[in-house]
Amino acid sequence: MTESFWKDGDPIADTAAPDGPIETRWDRRKFSAKLVNPANRRKLSVIVVGTGLAGGSAAATLAEAGYKVRSYCYQDSPRRAHSIAAQGGINAAKNYRNDGDSIHRLFYDTVKGGDFRARESNVYRLAQVSVNIIDQCVAQGVPFAREYGGLLDNRSFGGTQVSRTFYARGQTGQQLLLGAYQAMERQIGLGNIEMFARHEMLELVIVDGKARGIVVRDMVTGEITTDLADAVVLASGGYGNVFFLSTNAKGCNVTASWRAHRKGALFANPCYTQIHPTCIPESGSHQSKLTLMSESLRNDGRVWVPKRREDCGKPAGDIAEGDRDYYLERIYPSFGNLVPRDIASRAAKNVCDEGRGVGPGGLGVYLDFADAISRLGRDAVEAKYGNLFEMYQRITGEDPYEVPMRIYPAVHYTMGGLWVDYDLQSTIPGLFVVGEANFSDHGANRLGASALMQGLADGYFVLPHTLANYLASGPYEKISPDHEEVVAARTQVEERIQKLLSINGDRTVDSFHRELGHIMWEYCGMERTEEGLTKAIGLIRGLREEFWTRVKVPGTGEQLNQNLEKAGRVADFLELGELMCIDALHRAESAGGHFRAESQTPDGEALRHDDEFSYVAAWEYGETPTLHKEKLDFEYVHPSTRSYK
Amino acid sequence: MAVTGLLLVGFLYAHMIGNLKIFVGAKSFDDYAHWLRTIGVPLLPETWYLWIQRAVLTLALIAHIVAATVLTRRARKARPVRYARRTKVQGSYAARTMRWGGVIIALFVVYHILDLTTGTLNPVGDREHPYANVVADFAPGRWYVTLFYTLAIVSVGFHLRHGLFSAVRTMGQQTQRGERIARAAALVLSVVLVVGYLAVPFAVLTGLVD
Amino acid sequence: MDIQVRVWRQSDPSDKGRMVTYDVKDISPDASFLEMLDVLNEKLILDGDDPIAFDHDCREGICGMCGMMINGVAHGPERATTTCQLHMRHFNDGDVIDVEPWRASAFPVVKDLVVNRGAFDRIIQAGGYITAPTGTAPDAHATPVPKPDADAAFEAATCIGCGACVAACPNGSSMLFTAAKVAHLGLLPQGQPERDSRVVDMLEAQDEEGFGGCTNMGECTTVCPKGIPLTLIGRLNNDYRKAMKKR
Ligand SMILES: Cc1cc2nc3c(=O)[nH]c(=O)nc-3n(C[C@H](O)[C@H](O)[C@H](O)COP(=O)(O)OP(=O)(O)OC[C@H]3O[C@@H](n4cnc5c(N)ncnc54)[C@H](O)[C@@H]3O)c2cc1C
Ligand code: HEM
Ligand code: HEM
Ligand code: SF4
Ligand code: F3S
Ligand code: FES
Repeated sequence: MTESFWKDGDPIADTAAPDGPIETRWDRRKFSAKLVNPANRRKLSVIVVGTGLAGGSAAATLAEAGYKVRSYCYQDSPRRAHSIAAQGGINAAKNYRNDGDSIHRLFYDTVKGGDFRARESNVYRLAQVSVNIIDQCVAQGVPFAREYGGLLDNRSFGGTQVSRTFYARGQTGQQLLLGAYQAMERQIGLGNIEMFARHEMLELVIVDGKARGIVVRDMVTGEITTDLADAVVLASGGYGNVFFLSTNAKGCNVTASWRAHRKGALFANPCYTQIHPTCIPESGSHQSKLTLMSESLRNDGRVWVPKRREDCGKPAGDIAEGDRDYYLERIYPSFGNLVPRDIASRAAKNVCDEGRGVGPGGLGVYLDFADAISRLGRDAVEAKYGNLFEMYQRITGEDPYEVPMRIYPAVHYTMGGLWVDYDLQSTIPGLFVVGEANFSDHGANRLGASALMQGLADGYFVLPHTLANYLASGPYEKISPDHEEVVAARTQVEERIQKLLSINGDRTVDSFHRELGHIMWEYCGMERTEEGLTKAIGLIRGLREEFWTRVKVPGTGEQLNQNLEKAGRVADFLELGELMCIDALHRAESAGGHFRAESQTPDGEALRHDDEFSYVAAWEYGETPTLHKEKLDFEYVHPSTRSYK
Repeated sequence: MAVTGLLLVGFLYAHMIGNLKIFVGAKSFDDYAHWLRTIGVPLLPETWYLWIQRAVLTLALIAHIVAATVLTRRARKARPVRYARRTKVQGSYAARTMRWGGVIIALFVVYHILDLTTGTLNPVGDREHPYANVVADFAPGRWYVTLFYTLAIVSVGFHLRHGLFSAVRTMGQQTQRGERIARAAALVLSVVLVVGYLAVPFAVLTGLVD
Repeated sequence: MDIQVRVWRQSDPSDKGRMVTYDVKDISPDASFLEMLDVLNEKLILDGDDPIAFDHDCREGICGMCGMMINGVAHGPERATTTCQLHMRHFNDGDVIDVEPWRASAFPVVKDLVVNRGAFDRIIQAGGYITAPTGTAPDAHATPVPKPDADAAFEAATCIGCGACVAACPNGSSMLFTAAKVAHLGLLPQGQPERDSRVVDMLEAQDEEGFGGCTNMGECTTVCPKGIPLTLIGRLNNDYRKAMKKR
């Protein structure tokens, strides 16, 4: 029955990756790549959508090389891309700690962390260039944390056994992004990049099978224009906002990727979602997004809920020790509160589903520092977590020194994205995808501090070489803005906007987004079942229909219209949501961030099926989506099972 | 701004010390006024120094006022639309009254020169005996003059309280400690100045000096 | 709680604009200020009115996108807090809250509470960077940076470019913003070669954008959500003086 949700297509393969020894693959690819004569570069233009770590670093580097770059972002300044919010840090195999780290170890950890659903070649290259990233950022003036000797400090992050995470207080993403942003602004000043802030990409232009441009809406004037170039780079970030509530910025969207997908680019592993266990829970129906708190809190905090449902309404202090269920310590005696993200998240949801959650709506569990405070003293706890406690207090109005924190899991990162080959090129020639927007190097689960690494690796060090190889065959034939494909793309956008504005129904865009979020969270969140996913697909289809008949978008298209922007994004989420459910449904195994209830060990742990599912699921758009499988081979790291008991 | 402001402050201090000679006696004060006119003699002809000082001060004052006007106009241009509601958060009264305070001081200086330098507006107006001029000025019956002087001098105090701190900052002071010191020093210097200046009219008023 | 908001409404740059009063009923004290506006907007849409436009993105206090004058104070009454991190529990039932956009000629109003802060980007373009093209960097450990310098550079680098300093400054000056960037880069060894030209070029750009001059009023630092210290302005002035001497 479920088969009817999708069709099986031909297998695909990554033909851009060299084979042979993994250590030299990237060098050999760089050598085999064609070069562009410096004098010709001026004649080649590249559109970069997105100014986050991936897009910003790519735009700056391409402009430095001499290409004509045009950059787009929906915020009012490139500096505000969502990468700015990353807190924890960035990994790099520098081995500055002499603790046995190496490129090979970072590679190994990442492949294993991804639960053997990532490509070895890509991950190896990521580990290789990680080293250059840190050098580059320091040269730009990124103020990483340092030790008294003046050398860079490292910490261990995300449960790795080596200290390879570079950080800048709790604002690593901000500092890295400012580095890329400044490099970009320098190129803008020099006239090598033309920047279009507050412009949203709404369509991809394909001519003769190649990506040749985009259709954008000027979000201030509402003007719809087309921009044509020799190549298009998408760096538009992740799609976690399909869940409505997530740790992503409000504007994060799938539109750029989804439009490309509709035009033929394959979308890989859409169901792989990372859910972070320590976020501040919802406080009511007004909630608009969730805030992440560092996972490090679990080092000293103890997670619990009342044993009895009746106790849930009581203040935490009134619940006797014997009436508390320290469920992580109970179920996972050896890892306790430090089990990995996916396990901690799922366990929290389970106790809340049993009706034992605390706080508004019963969606929260306690993270209690009472023991830590009595053991270490308040000052020691403050020294370690002071700023996090402050943030918590600012948002919730509760003092975590006095009452336990309440936490709940939230969607944080999406490992899926547009399918790309080793050159970061999608299935549409000339369309390259970098950063969180591609299906990336993380497999089914991303390790902490490796998204920043991947974004910058793609933008600074990988794309500029592989894109040059593509551009070397250019300049491509000049296209007139009156070309029928271009006009068609623009007309499509205009019609869609007119349609959204003309429905004039009786429900707001947010109400649809919220409802879609509930469906996704309920059925395609931490734990998925065949039954639930099937139900969700039906619900989403119904909701989508309702959206196109009942949505109310006020105002006109000729001005700043934030509801129109939202409406377009939600319309795309309503399509993506269905594909995510279909992908989750077809993957009848538990891997990384994807837990299928039907596929677990007798003691409730994730059960992978390498024989059946060791592939990337790349979806082709269609009324009924078509599944193309890219088989994954593991020559260097042999699949093994994760265990935390 | 800072350079001209500081020049003016330098004069104010010198002037205050001169004024305080009034407590030593009429002769000392008149001698001082006379001495002012003979500084530099025989190198310079009589009163030349005084005229040089006057020129420098006038230029400084003009430059200062020009700079202040430019800054004010730029500020107006930088915020053409006012806020409907504005709450002062920083709370430094001194900082906020620089412009009006400056204007009050300028008006005062004009009156003051007509009063004590040229004698035009002075009841005595004897240019050879400034002591008498001063004493006549602040006679209890002329309380309004004293009041105006007081107002002007307090304005100067406020102007300097922020002005001195600001000048040091403009010259590049840049540490937290330095900031505390600069603020404290500005306050002390302003208070000393206000007290020093006010001493004279109040001494006359209360009959301490006559 | 029930409150009233008086919000600046201006449909586009050419519109004169006015304050309009709205009732917001039954809002949770746990809602953030922006969530309160979300709730109001939902109601306005269903009533057939035009919802209030305001900028926001991360809602975590880091992207610098949000910002409005709340009761005459940039980012509202809580110190070191961006608008998106301000919660309704800091207001009282029955309060009338005034909400206005940043006001500066260098930040023209786009619509309602949304302004154009492109001037900040252009100040950065003028010199707010270290020239280090990709691929030219030496090993990160080639130049150790004394920890106090690194820490101070970091403090300065925390500026989120929100523009509250300009909004609050009685002179409409962007000095704190510029000073933060000049200090961030000038404190690091990597930033030395361009130190002189940076400060001169950035100040020039700042003047060209039509910001006012700084008279050390200190309102900026008080409302700055990242607590960028006023001393950095002194540092900028010092750098500027030295740079001009060398010219
Ligand atoms: C709260 C939080 C904390 C995190 N902490 C860490 C961490 O500690 N370490 C780590 O490694 N990773 C972390 N991550 C993940 C990491 O930050 C992101 O995966 C990464 O920054 C994504 O970068 P990006 O360049 O791909 O996309 P983004 O930074 O999201 O940039 C997307 C860009 O695309 C533009 N854009 C999007 N759609 C359009 C459109 N339709 N038209 C025009 N422009 C568009 C946007 O304007 C923006 O410029 C964190 C994520 C979150 C949410
Ligand atoms: C018409 C008269 C005056 C006006 C309009 C005026 C105005 C101002 C203004 C607007 C400032 C602020 C500039 C800043 O803080 O940088 C200022 C600063 C200052 N003023 Fe005046 N002023 C006047 C007279 C005086 C006088 C008579 C003195 C001294 C005796 C003086 C001393 C100073 C000083 C020291 C500063 C600080 C300079 C700086 O910050 O760089 N001013 N003045
Ligand atoms: C109560 C306080 C003051 C007294 C008693 C006083 C007294 C005098 C006297 C007697 C003179 C004439 C000196 C001479 O020509 O021989 C004089 C000149 C002058 N005073 Fe004052 N003064 C006072 C306050 C001030 C203040 C506050 C200012 C400035 C803000 C000021 C600025 C001047 C100037 C500019 C001159 C002209 C100097 C010159 O002739 O070159 N005075 N004052
Ligand atoms: S200095 Fe402070 S107030 Fe000004 S832009 Fe930066 S963070 Fe905002
Ligand atoms: S408030 Fe304005 S005057 Fe200077 S010190 Fe701050 S920029
Ligand atoms: S929305 Fe990002 S700082 Fe407020």
